[in-house]
Amino acid sequence: MSTLAARAERAAAVASRHADAVDREGRFPAEAVAALKAERLLGLQIPGQFGGEGAGLLQIAEVCSTLGHACSAAAMVFAMHHIKVSSLVIHGLDSAWHCRLMERIAREQLLVASSTTEAGIGGDLRNSLCAVETQGETFSLGKDASVISYGAQADLILATARRHPEAATSDQVLVALMADQISLDRTSQWDTLGMRGTCSDGFRLEARDVPVEQILPKPFAEIAAVSMLASSHLLWSSVWYGIATYAVDRARAFVQAEARRAPGKVPPTALRLAEVVNAHQAMRGTVVSALRRYEDAHGDADTIGSLGFSVMLNNLKVTVSDMAVDIVRRALSIVGLSGYKNDTPYSLGRPLRDVLSAPLMIGNDRILANTAKLLLVQKGSGQLMSA
Amino acid sequence: MNISQDVREILGSNEAFAGKVEQLSDDDSLFDMGLDSFGSVQLMLALEERFNVEFPDELLNRKSFASIRAISEAVSTLVRQEAA
Repeated sequence: MSTLAARAERAAAVASRHADAVDREGRFPAEAVAALKAERLLGLQIPGQFGGEGAGLLQIAEVCSTLGHACSAAAMVFAMHHIKVSSLVIHGLDSAWHCRLMERIAREQLLVASSTTEAGIGGDLRNSLCAVETQGETFSLGKDASVISYGAQADLILATARRHPEAATSDQVLVALMADQISLDRTSQWDTLGMRGTCSDGFRLEARDVPVEQILPKPFAEIAAVSMLASSHLLWSSVWYGIATYAVDRARAFVQAEARRAPGKVPPTALRLAEVVNAHQAMRGTVVSALRRYEDAHGDADTIGSLGFSVMLNNLKVTVSDMAVDIVRRALSIVGLSGYKNDTPYSLGRPLRDVLSAPLMIGNDRILANTAKLLLVQKGSGQLMSA
Repeated sequence: MNISQDVREILGSNEAFAGKVEQLSDDDSLFDMGLDSFGSVQLMLALEERFNVEFPDELLNRKSFASIRAISEAVSTLVRQEAA
């Protein structure tokens, strides 16, 4: 049995080989995802009793970072899959149907996608326009999903919708829709600056005659507060850390090559490298301390759903997404034109374009505005170790 | 002072609860009814103003705002502490 790190490295090696083609062609990282399945990494988080490995977010985060170093799109697909799986693991245990789904995810290595974004609502995941329409034991759902990342490639989609046609836009449920239960008509194409391989196209999603047991019993409000906020910000941050690490590694290799060419002298770029390594360490500290705080909470919904914890996670996302962009940009300034060109060992165009998505996916201004509201009541302890 | 009645009154001014407060029992889950983090912040601010108390950080969690009873108990404790 090889270690998790070795399995992640093998999948990352495959992802790395195809990363440029995935980016250039704006296509799904199929080879990388096949490698993730071959290494059984899609079921990592599923509890042991359902055939998974019961891995926590710390271990998933490590894999995200390893993949982020190789191919941002593959890493983000892996992260988004596990963000959805974390909702199932935390909120699906009371539902026999969702327990069987977890078994299938582990056994068949099913890829899970998410549909929260909707035309007319935008990225505000806590509101939906579409509604579940129940008739007897089944329901139907139609959704103008303006973004479903890898929707066309996923084996199932977890979608938000209003609980019933008369429900308030914030009274949402999360439904599991298997690929063979839905039709997806593409309404927009994901032709972007970076993160091109996530294939986050827009779709008209139609589902009919879906058994009502596929609706997660917990209200989505609780799922969002207790599992999604934490897993999203922690795993995205880990992907961005991987991208930033790749850029720092390129910069370091470049400076060391310069030093070897002129023995006895410290290249001028070494000072810039010292600066970027400093920023990179601060970024790592931010990500790791947030992961440790999450781990220390031991899944306690009151801690993770507390206002102070939400503020911490929001700050993590805003800080780390900005730092990641800054670090890759600084690494590029160290390697200069050989980083700007696409065909050198120091090329940084792809990671730079990819990482520019970080401050935009759930825009930092939206997150800061959310934090601003929470700060109206937070008091703060002023302590170093238990803030 | 009927804290539970005051809590109901304040809750009624929240969009998600307008017109529904009287049907709620003291133990119904407010989160199931659509109370979100912003809603709880607004509720907290209104309670702090009404009762002249401050919610310490350890009470700023979902448990304290899970039901009318939970909120009323949290407020009663704070009011007693304030008076002591």
